[in-house]
Amino acid sequence: MATAYDIPVKQGDVQKESGAPIVAVKELRKAFGSHKVLNAINLSVNRGETLAVLGRSGTGKSVLLRLIIRLETPDSGSVCIHGENIAGLALDRMGDIRKKIGFLFQHAALYDSLTVAENVAFPLEHHRRDMSRRERDDWVKQLLAEVGMEGDLGKMPSDISGGMQKRVGLARALALKPEILLLDEPTAGLDPISSGEIDDLILKLQRERQMASIVVTHDLHSARTIANRLALLDQGNVVIDGNYEDLQNSDIAFVKEFLKQS
Amino acid sequence: MSNGFTTVSEIGPPQPVRLNPLLSRVLVGVARPVEGFFEWFGSLGIFTWQVLKAAVTPPCEWRELIRQLDEIGSKSLPLVALAGAAIGVVISMEARYSLSRFGAKSMFPATLVYSVIQVMGPIMTGLIVSGRVGAGIGAELASMKVTEQIDAIEASAINPYRLLAATRILACILMLPLLTIAADGCGLLTGWFAQTLVEPLSFHQFIESGFHGATFNAFLPPTFKTAVYGLIIGLIACFQGMRTRGGAEGVGRAATNSVVLASLFVILADVVLVKFILVVFP
Repeated sequence: MATAYDIPVKQGDVQKESGAPIVAVKELRKAFGSHKVLNAINLSVNRGETLAVLGRSGTGKSVLLRLIIRLETPDSGSVCIHGENIAGLALDRMGDIRKKIGFLFQHAALYDSLTVAENVAFPLEHHRRDMSRRERDDWVKQLLAEVGMEGDLGKMPSDISGGMQKRVGLARALALKPEILLLDEPTAGLDPISSGEIDDLILKLQRERQMASIVVTHDLHSARTIANRLALLDQGNVVIDGNYEDLQNSDIAFVKEFLKQS
Repeated sequence: MSNGFTTVSEIGPPQPVRLNPLLSRVLVGVARPVEGFFEWFGSLGIFTWQVLKAAVTPPCEWRELIRQLDEIGSKSLPLVALAGAAIGVVISMEARYSLSRFGAKSMFPATLVYSVIQVMGPIMTGLIVSGRVGAGIGAELASMKVTEQIDAIEASAINPYRLLAATRILACILMLPLLTIAADGCGLLTGWFAQTLVEPLSFHQFIESGFHGATFNAFLPPTFKTAVYGLIIGLIACFQGMRTRGGAEGVGRAATNSVVLASLFVILADVVLVKFILVVFP
């Protein structure tokens, strides 16, 4: 969707359009104490592609997203964004990369002292100081309209439902026009109608913006709806990485069990 | 072993040292708090370094700083003023009684002025602010931490040490001396008023004899030492809040620890600062 306020690419930022995946995770390991969460996993996502990461609770799906945006540091292995390993990056450079990533947290993580509109404006106020207040307000309204929240600009996060909070969180994640979208359980805890609406919204945004997306979810139906590829994690390993048909045709016992129970 | 010496081959593998189980439990019981003590100070040192680095690099978070100046300064003012006023009345009553016993009633204004400005005003303001602001900052940041709001700030490429910690600590440093001046003013006013009810004394006369022969050295260092209290309160409350783990229980623990530790360190700092002031500003 063309907007009036496109986020310009800074000089020096390398835009690698062809070939190489936008996000590449290689031999990534993470443990908390003696508990191994991720065990040398490999995944990649290309532009315009949506990868759904599925698995049981506690298999490290959310940790994977946190590692990609470097809210956690890996024990070994690498996370490359546009071919650049983020592990040793200075905070400034990491900041530049984070501006290209939109993150929807599991419980939306809206700032509870700010209104809905202020939440969405928050990243813009810090990174788009060149925008006038009016331009910023218009862009915030446009984003909130995209997620169907245009009538709730002045409400506080505590005054809206969980589903609405997720929509606002999604609008905030999209504020800087990210190239990569990370969604942590976007439909968890929502009723089937709200889940469907969120799925439709993600699909619509994907079609319009062609981002590289990684969606962590338990919900196989939702994953099938929004993702091109599915990766199933078990005990810190990627058991299978393919489309839904690949999962259906798999002989792996865990995959069969997961599909049966979902 | 015929010659009385043990050969190397006779020594055998080293045997593990076996401690008495009770002794071993006592050692573990002692070691754990000691380890926790050093871990806490180590983490505080790293946190302080991160905040310092964030504070001296642009951009400055002016809006958040102004919000915190209001939150910490203006909103603490009524409480600090009220406590200062109460302290003024108490010192006035106590001083009048004690000085009368020694026939030194003429010293009343100076006693009140020095007691309030040099001793009670600063420490009382420090403790009141550690209670109100320490708990507030500790609970707010802890709540933000457990609901992933701090992670969301970091994920938005905004430095949480600059936005959340540096602004609050700086606001505490700037506001404590101003709040102390307000508390001192209220204490002197109510102290004089309490005296006047018993024995009429003009305010002009009270001020003139209270501050007679006083120098700036007598009043400025005790007032501005509260900036150090501000640093302690802000730093400890932000540290406790931002390192919280767990849910509601963690938030409660962070708020309690912020108040307890900030108050304790304010009192300890007072001991050091009083000595320092006496040496540097004799």
